[in-house]
Amino acid sequence: MTAVVIALLIIPAGAGVAAVWLPAQLKGLLTAIAAVASFGLVLALVPALSRHDIAMSGLIRIDALSAVFLLATSFLYACVAVYSIGYLRTEAGHRSGAADYSYTTQFWVGLNLFAWSMLAAPMMGNLALLWIAIEVTTIISALLVALEGTDGAAEAAWKYVLLASAGLALALLGTIFAYYAGAHVLGHSYDLGFAPLLHAAGRLPHTIVRLAFVLAVLGYGTKVGLFPVHTWLPDAHSEAPTPVSALLSGSLLAVSFYAILRFYQVAAGTLGSSFPRDVLLVFGVASLLLAALYLLDQQDYKRLLAYSSVEHMGILAIGVSFGAPVALAGVLLHVLAHAAAKGNAFMGAGVLVRKFGSKRITAVTGGLDLLPWSGPLFLIAVLALSAMPPFGIFRSEFEIVRGGLAAAHDSGAAILVVLVTVAFLGLSLAANRMLLTPRPAETAQGQAAQGQAALARGEPSAWMVVPVVAGVIALLILGLHPPGELTSLLARAVTALRGPA
Amino acid sequence: MGPIQAPGAYTGAANVIAVLILLIEFGMFRQALLRDQIRLYAAQSGLLAVLAAFVALAKHLPELYALAAVTIALKVIAIPLVLRRLTRADDVEPGDDLATGIGADIAGSGGLSLASTVLIGIVVAAFGFFAAGSLPISASAAPTTALSISLSVVLVAFVLMIQRRDVVSQAIGLFSLENGISLAALVIAASLPLILELAFLFDLLLAVVVFGLLIRLHHGRADTLSTTGLTSLRG
Repeated sequence: MTAVVIALLIIPAGAGVAAVWLPAQLKGLLTAIAAVASFGLVLALVPALSRHDIAMSGLIRIDALSAVFLLATSFLYACVAVYSIGYLRTEAGHRSGAADYSYTTQFWVGLNLFAWSMLAAPMMGNLALLWIAIEVTTIISALLVALEGTDGAAEAAWKYVLLASAGLALALLGTIFAYYAGAHVLGHSYDLGFAPLLHAAGRLPHTIVRLAFVLAVLGYGTKVGLFPVHTWLPDAHSEAPTPVSALLSGSLLAVSFYAILRFYQVAAGTLGSSFPRDVLLVFGVASLLLAALYLLDQQDYKRLLAYSSVEHMGILAIGVSFGAPVALAGVLLHVLAHAAAKGNAFMGAGVLVRKFGSKRITAVTGGLDLLPWSGPLFLIAVLALSAMPPFGIFRSEFEIVRGGLAAAHDSGAAILVVLVTVAFLGLSLAANRMLLTPRPAETAQGQAAQGQAALARGEPSAWMVVPVVAGVIALLILGLHPPGELTSLLARAVTALRGPA
Repeated sequence: MGPIQAPGAYTGAANVIAVLILLIEFGMFRQALLRDQIRLYAAQSGLLAVLAAFVALAKHLPELYALAAVTIALKVIAIPLVLRRLTRADDVEPGDDLATGIGADIAGSGGLSLASTVLIGIVVAAFGFFAAGSLPISASAAPTTALSISLSVVLVAFVLMIQRRDVVSQAIGLFSLENGISLAALVIAASLPLILELAFLFDLLLAVVVFGLLIRLHHGRADTLSTTGLTSLRG
């Protein structure tokens, strides 16, 4: 198992470094191979992790909870890597040869290193290393957001890097308070290792742990996209290259949520679970409310999907706040299903951007007619995001609501259902307008006014369809019949989250 | 409450350094030139290194000497150098704001008058000071007053970042915020393994490079360092 873990840490980084020198065509191919290999390695780890934790020298510690986030990240990495080959090939030739080469290099190097940092974060067995890994994800992804070099990209990248770094500074303060709490009990040789901290959780000073937890929720919550520190998120998601948006939304937010879960474990061990749950409930409901309202009135479909991410992160926070085992299992399943569904939605949105040349909802009509594959697949992704059966998010949200009712959080569960329905309304209205509205008879005048040629039926690239089909298959598996290994992995992760009590 | 005792020489000296760090944070409010802003940051980092060496000497924590040395190498020398190099674009004409430091561009960049800003700074600094004072913390390495001051530094840095409307001040505000956190770490996490401290510092260096690149990109697109034009993305 040790070899698998080390390979998982080396392969994406190696692909990122190799992409600097390889010829342009091979960069994408190598990335796709590295990404699929990483996903395979994570799958190989799952059976072992559903029985025991893997620890190496105190620095690396992988348990079932980490595995859930590794699965989500590596799956999306594989999909996005394949998709990006088509995405870059269909790039309209608006750059000169040299500029295009440097753009391509930066894209592939950045994509691999971004995925590497997100895969490394859940493997860290130490709160300080976890913080560093998440800070590295911020730095690399900020450069990726800025990659397009437009005014919008520069603005979005600046907002993102400033807000996320300020948030992470608070998380660092929280980490230092966690160190103080740990050193109080474990002595000064304590190195912020997670396992000993959790072991000693019952004896930690209460006020300090409470402070550390709130700082961590606010700090890492900035990167999760929790209200009121979500403001960078729609900008970054809409201005980044679309494959990067998919990774940002499906993986980055989840990995930051993972950091909050680690602090939750410690806080629940020290303070009992009611205080950390209340904190998460407040942030979760506020995020869900805000996102549901913004979803109703969006002009830009990438921003629409970004607000949908805020919505789903709110659902995760609410799910944890319910605390019942079935709700926690739902939360972890939701992480996986959201990664697949949101990845699909963004990849579909990328095809729409390529086809229609605009991110505005009103600019897209007749998507279902013009795109024989991506049209229906985008519709499926939107339905999956709205928690329609038989997809994975239906199962996970059902479990969360059931957990809320089981834990006597009736009003919380009711609020969740109502707001998710409002979000569904917003998402489906926009999808309806883009996909099902017939394309107006294209007069020569109208085209001249819009500056676009008549669009022929057809897909921009097969590379941009295959990973989306893989995502739909994953969603169906998660929704209809999760494999036994996955179920036992989730059960083990839930036990870890609930703590020894 | 017993009679208030005068602090010992060690406590007093450490507190004086912490207060100086806070005063430099306030000094950043009025700095109008890029060069001076970076210089203040270097000075603040230098004081932090002095405090680390001082704690190392008084409390026999030899690791902190190494931390002080690396702090000087990175925060006092390397980071200011990187920042000035990256913000001095090749295509900038002499007399342009980037080459000479920022003139009018940054001086009036505050959303509020200087006096109001300083007042707000004093209020949040006091809040941070007393809030931290009520925490049940007894640190052995440095006096807990320094922890209270460090929280004041963090909050004042937030005011600086919020109030300034130009990218350089916002970035320096963030880095000085990080200095505030380093100060807190010196008090309550002095024995944090050196390797982690070093990892934090190199991480900071990486962040500085990225901030520099993005500042360059922003300047290249907008032809100004002001952030008042960054309003196209909303809703």
